[in-house]
Amino acid sequence: MRVNKFLNNPYLPQLATVQEIIQETANIRTLRVSLDDKEKMREFVFRPGQVGQLSVFGAGESTFVINSPPTRKDYLQFSVMRTGEVTQRIHQLNAGDQIGLRAPLGNGFRYEDMKGHDILFIGGGIGMAPLRTLLLYMIDNRRDYGDIMVLYGARSPKDLCYTYEFQEWKAGGVNLVLTVDSEFPGWKERVGFVPTVLSEESPSPHNRIAVVCGPPIMIKFVLFGLKELGFEDHQILTTLEKRMKCGIGICGRCNTGSRYVCLDGPVFSYEQIKGMGEL
Amino acid sequence: MAGKIFIAIDRLTSTLDKLSAKIDLWVPAPLQTDKSEPTGFVPYHAGMVPILDRQSTLPPKKILLPQVETLLRFECRKDPQNPLKGSVSLDDKMEVRPALVFGARPCDVKAFLAIDRVFTSGPYVDPYYLERRQNTLFATLICRQADEACFCSSVGCGPADTEGSDFRVIPVDGGYLVDALTEKAQSLFDSPADTPTQDQEVQASQVVEEASNNRVGDLDLEGSAAAFRKRFEDNDYWQEMAAPCLSCAICTHVCPTCYCFTITDEIENLRGERLRSWDSCMFYQYTLEASGHNPRPSKLNRYRNRVGHKFSYMPEKYDGLIGCCGCGRCIRSCPVSMDIRQIVGRLKENAFESE
Repeated sequence: MRVNKFLNNPYLPQLATVQEIIQETANIRTLRVSLDDKEKMREFVFRPGQVGQLSVFGAGESTFVINSPPTRKDYLQFSVMRTGEVTQRIHQLNAGDQIGLRAPLGNGFRYEDMKGHDILFIGGGIGMAPLRTLLLYMIDNRRDYGDIMVLYGARSPKDLCYTYEFQEWKAGGVNLVLTVDSEFPGWKERVGFVPTVLSEESPSPHNRIAVVCGPPIMIKFVLFGLKELGFEDHQILTTLEKRMKCGIGICGRCNTGSRYVCLDGPVFSYEQIKGMGEL
Repeated sequence: MAGKIFIAIDRLTSTLDKLSAKIDLWVPAPLQTDKSEPTGFVPYHAGMVPILDRQSTLPPKKILLPQVETLLRFECRKDPQNPLKGSVSLDDKMEVRPALVFGARPCDVKAFLAIDRVFTSGPYVDPYYLERRQNTLFATLICRQADEACFCSSVGCGPADTEGSDFRVIPVDGGYLVDALTEKAQSLFDSPADTPTQDQEVQASQVVEEASNNRVGDLDLEGSAAAFRKRFEDNDYWQEMAAPCLSCAICTHVCPTCYCFTITDEIENLRGERLRSWDSCMFYQYTLEASGHNPRPSKLNRYRNRVGHKFSYMPEKYDGLIGCCGCGRCIRSCPVSMDIRQIVGRLKENAFESE
């Protein structure tokens, strides 16, 4: 009989502690967590767009993007919409609670390749989370990037996340365009669906990279819109979401074609995913 | 050179009795005591008679990839100093014992080579699978029982294939000739073993030669992966192919190469386990997201994914490796008699017309 303690078990989460919780909207909370092993926290290296598997033991694991940038390592931030069993339990966590974290997983954005380009972020609802990490990274390395525009939409003003940061984004040289689906008392920004506002703004595709994340239906119509504006397939990046389990390309669940969203993604160019179907 | 022994039929049980004292032994046998079917691999116990005259209903997949296994154990606690804080301790110890699988067939064993690529070729290695894999030996029966559902030769296997095997077990008159093929296998069947007679050796090589020459199945996979990609959006084709499917998932359950799994937590009184269990891409819930969005909402999508995974995605990802061992179990077990050979075979029909 052999008893074996795995030194390198990719299924074994590291323990982490919730530092702070921010109520973003009625059903979205942001968790700021840090690894309990201080040395591992210091050595934690990740790219914007990489994800982590959060564990609430007894409920299970779910995948969320690390939405804080690698330039700000006081904590790792995750924003979680309450939709299912695990997210319900995550919403019940308090500061000081211990959770599990397997991270970083996935590919992340190739921000080196975006240097010198103008950037267009298009986010819908909770889809702003994976954009936020890259956006803040770019703000922290502002001189490396050209014009930065953020088009961010939600159903109503109450469904926008990170509202407390909008001033900081603007101060960082970001052209922030906000929109909500319909008129709302006191709302002074744009009204209309994201794809509509995109064609109204009609940013030039010249030397620009578009980074898109939001609900599947929004992504679909934003892609049409970007193509109409003249964006080439390789100029459009999106981060996909799938139901995931292992997060390491083994369990077989999150494939589109031969690619696994957990391993080969979640960041894909439109060129890569075009015609793959089953998104 | 590797050692050979002869096990007479009437000494099979006593030989297995001795073996099982040295190593965890798995053999094909009825899964229920009062019925002869279905059969599957079970831990050997003294006096048991393994079923070696027909393919087992279920493959030996579960020996390396248990239907349910514990990945970790956890214990949640309240901090006595600060009851608002919850803490956790984790434990991922596992036990692996050396095992021998006696009487699997070449298709069954070949299937593990496909699972090996997924679980152990990186970038992440599955330590649970790997530990079992490295501690399990296979004594593989040269197969003389191919039936109408078998097509092992079509997918790069064959009735005498020994890839992945540590022994081959050759049926001869009055018993079995067991031939050690690997270093690891040497010490297992030692004294007091019967050395085979000249006649038995000659007969064994005839059996092997006959099995090697037996082409089982006539599915031609040349160009199938490309045809699949071409046909991916041909909804009429997939609609027609998937129409009878009940989404019952028996095809994935009995498949020796289907490995997809889910991970879930079970907890009782603050102590619990994280479990890995077989799952199936045939189920609607498999890809259902919490938002309600489902990238594979219909059986058309799901069946297409199963065919694509085995005959296009895996070959593309793993240097041409086919995710099928040709054992025919999905065909035999399907309640509506769907035949993956026809569905894969017909991919090429008219698929290139539109070019």
